[in-house]
Amino acid sequence: MFKKISIIIRREFLSRVRKKSFVVMTILGPILFAALITLPVIVSQISDSKYEVAVVDDTDLFYDRFQDSNDVIFTNLATDLDDALELLRREKFDAVLHIPEVAFESPSTLRMFSKDAVNLNAKIHVENVLKHEFESLKLGARGIDSEVLRAIETNINIQAVRIQDDGMEETDYPEISMALGIISGIVIYMFIFLFGSQVLRGVLEEKTSRIVEVMISSVRPFQLMMGKIVGIAMVGLTQFLIWVFLTIIIVFSVQAAMPELFQFTPDEQVHMTSSQMLDSEALIEQMDSIQQPDTTAGQVLEALSAINWYVMIFAFIFFFLGGYFLYASLFAAIGSAVDNEADTQQFMLPVTIPLILAIIFAQAVMQDPSGSVAFWLSIIPLTSPVIMMIRIPFGVPFFDLYLSAFLLIVGFLASTWMAAKIYRTGILLYGKKVGYKDLWKWLRY
Amino acid sequence: MDNLLEVNSVVKDFIGHRALDKVSIKVPKQSIFGMLGPNGAGKTTLIRIINQIIGPDEGQVFFNGEKLRSHHVDKIGYLPEERGLYKKMKVGEQALYLARLKGLEASYAKKSLKEWFEKFDLLPWWNKKVEALSKGMQQKVQFIITILHKPELLIFDEPFSGFDPININLLKEEIFKLKENGATIIFSTHDMGSVEELCDEIALINKSKKVLEGNVLEIKREYAKQIFRIEMADIIQPLESIDNQKFQLLEQENKNGLKQAVIKINNDISTNELLNEIIKMGNIVSFNEVIPSMNEIFIKTVSEKQ
Repeated sequence: MFKKISIIIRREFLSRVRKKSFVVMTILGPILFAALITLPVIVSQISDSKYEVAVVDDTDLFYDRFQDSNDVIFTNLATDLDDALELLRREKFDAVLHIPEVAFESPSTLRMFSKDAVNLNAKIHVENVLKHEFESLKLGARGIDSEVLRAIETNINIQAVRIQDDGMEETDYPEISMALGIISGIVIYMFIFLFGSQVLRGVLEEKTSRIVEVMISSVRPFQLMMGKIVGIAMVGLTQFLIWVFLTIIIVFSVQAAMPELFQFTPDEQVHMTSSQMLDSEALIEQMDSIQQPDTTAGQVLEALSAINWYVMIFAFIFFFLGGYFLYASLFAAIGSAVDNEADTQQFMLPVTIPLILAIIFAQAVMQDPSGSVAFWLSIIPLTSPVIMMIRIPFGVPFFDLYLSAFLLIVGFLASTWMAAKIYRTGILLYGKKVGYKDLWKWLRY
Repeated sequence: MDNLLEVNSVVKDFIGHRALDKVSIKVPKQSIFGMLGPNGAGKTTLIRIINQIIGPDEGQVFFNGEKLRSHHVDKIGYLPEERGLYKKMKVGEQALYLARLKGLEASYAKKSLKEWFEKFDLLPWWNKKVEALSKGMQQKVQFIITILHKPELLIFDEPFSGFDPININLLKEEIFKLKENGATIIFSTHDMGSVEELCDEIALINKSKKVLEGNVLEIKREYAKQIFRIEMADIIQPLESIDNQKFQLLEQENKNGLKQAVIKINNDISTNELLNEIIKMGNIVSFNEVIPSMNEIFIKTVSEKQ
C-alpha cells in the first residue's frame, strides 16, 4: 500500500522537479524577490536623470526655499515667464514653475509648465514647500515668529507596545507586521493556486491520456490521488525552501558587495534601543532621506528581529500544507469529474471563492487583527491558511492558533474523503457532461 | 480441468441501470477465454470487477479457488481497451514505473524490460519520450508492461486495435506462447475472426446478462444445423430430384465447371443417406458440413434476444 504510494510520489515529484520550467522558476523567483527588495535602493542611488525645474518667482520671496531632492533639482531664473518658456521649449528644463505676484493672495494662479506630462513627485514636492512657506508667511503676518514656529514643530511617531502574558513589554510595529502578514498571506494564496492547479492538470492529463486505465489495475484510485497530491506538495515545499535560501543569499551578497547602497549596517542598528533612535537628530534626517516617514531602517530591522521566525516559518509550512491538501484534493476531484480543461470552470468557481474572499478580507483583517472578522476567517478551514498567516505577525493567542490548526486538519481530512469518492467514480467516466447532481450522487454512492 | 477464475452470479448496479445481472463465468486454467458481447453489454464492468477496480454488489469472484483479494492484483495483467501513457515521460522510465507499481523489483524489472524491448525492436527508443513513438509502438510498450510481471491471468481488451497485420501476428504468437507457459488469458473483442483463431472457450454477454458460454468447438457444433456444402462434377441427374421428404435444397449454382449446392438434412436423417442419394446424381468432388462462424452465432444470439 505505502510502497506503491511512495513510487507514485517519487514519479510525481521527479517529473516536475526535472522540468525546465521548475528550474527556471526556482532560480528566477528569488532573483525577482531580491530585486524587489534591493532594486528600489539601487535605483534611488544611481539614478542620475534628475527632474529639472526652473523657478520664475515674480514675488522674489521663495527663490531660496526650494531644496534639491533625490530626483528633483531647482534652478532660479531671474527672467520673465516668456523667456523661461522659451528655454523650456528648447528643453533646457523639464518644467517651469511660475509664481505670479498675486500668488500669495490667490494661490490658484500658481502654474507649472512642462512639455511632457508633469512629474508627479516634483509637483507634490513643490506643493508641500509652497504650502509650508505660505503658512509660515501668514503666521508671520499675524506676529508669530518663524523661530517659535520651528520650536513647536513636532514629529509624532507613536511606539506601540504590546504587553505579553509574562509581563514583558514588546515593541510593536504594525507596519512591519502588516507587510509581513500580507506577503505571507499572498504567498500562501499563490502556492495553493499554483500547486493546486498542478494537481488538477495532472489528474486531467491522466484521465484524458487514458493512462489511468492502465494504472488503476495496479493501484487503488485513492493511492493514485494521494500520491499525486503528496508528490506535488513536496515540489512546492522544495521550491519554497530553495527560494528562502537563495533569497537570503542574494540579499546578503548584494549587501556585502555594495554596502554603500544600504545606509545602515545591520549590526549597529540592531543594538540601538528604540528611544535612542527616536531622539537622534541624525536618524530623523536619515529617515527623511530614505523617505520612510513612519519607520527607520533600524526599526525595520528591530521589528524583523522581534518576530518569532520559528513560529512564522513553522506556521507557514503548516498552513501551506494544510491549505494545499484541503484545496488540492478538491482540485483533484474536479479534474477527475471533467473531460477537458474548459469544463473545469463551472466547478472551479465555488472552490476558489473562499480563497479569493480571504484575499479581499485581508485589508480588514490587518486593520483589526484580533477582531471577530479576523477570528472567524482564521478559524474556518477554507480561509484560515491565508488569514491566519496574515494574523500571525501581529501575534495570535495560542488558543486561536491551535483551534485553527485543528479545524484545518479536520477540514482537509473531510475534503480528502469527499474528493476520493468523487475521484474514483469520475476518473473512469468519459464523454459525460457532469453536473453537481452527479457529484452529489457519487458522494453518497 | 481446474478453473483459474470463477465468477458467481455477480450483480452490479449503477445509478439507474443494471450493468451486470447475475453473470457467472468459469475460466479454465491455461485457456484462452473469449469475452464477447456488443458495446455496452457489461464486458468492461465485468473486467473491472475482476481487476478489483470496482466491487460487485452481489455475487463472488474466486481466483484460483480463493476469494478475490487485493493481493491478487499483482497476479493479473490487464491491457485496457482505452489505454494511454504519459506523453512527456521517457519510454523506458515509464515502463519501469508501471512495472514497479505491479510489485516488481526495480533491478529485475529493468533487466527483463530490456529483453522484451530488444525482442520488439524498441530498445533504441528507451530514452525517447513517449510522444515520439508511433501508435503501434506505444501499443507494444503497453503490451510488454501488461505481461512483464508474468501474471497468472491476462486480460486483453481489444488487444489488436491499432496494430498492423505484421504486429498482430507477432502478438498472437506471443499470446500463444504465454498460454503454453501456463498463463490463462481472457480476451475481449469484437473481432470474431481472432476469436475463432485464438479462443478455446467463450462467454457471450448481452444486455448485462450472459447468454452463451462454453467451448468454442462445442458451441459451433451446437449451432450447426445439419447443412452441407457439396461440389459435384458430371451431373447426370438434376439435384432438384432429391427426396423432398428428407432433404432441402437450399441453393445451387455452377462455378468453375462444378455444381455447388447447399443442402439441409431434415431431423433423424443421417449423412450417409444424403450421400447415397446424391452419389447417383454425379461425381462428388467435395462434401463439407457448413459450420456457422462465431460471427453468425454472435449476431444470431444477440438479435434473438432482442
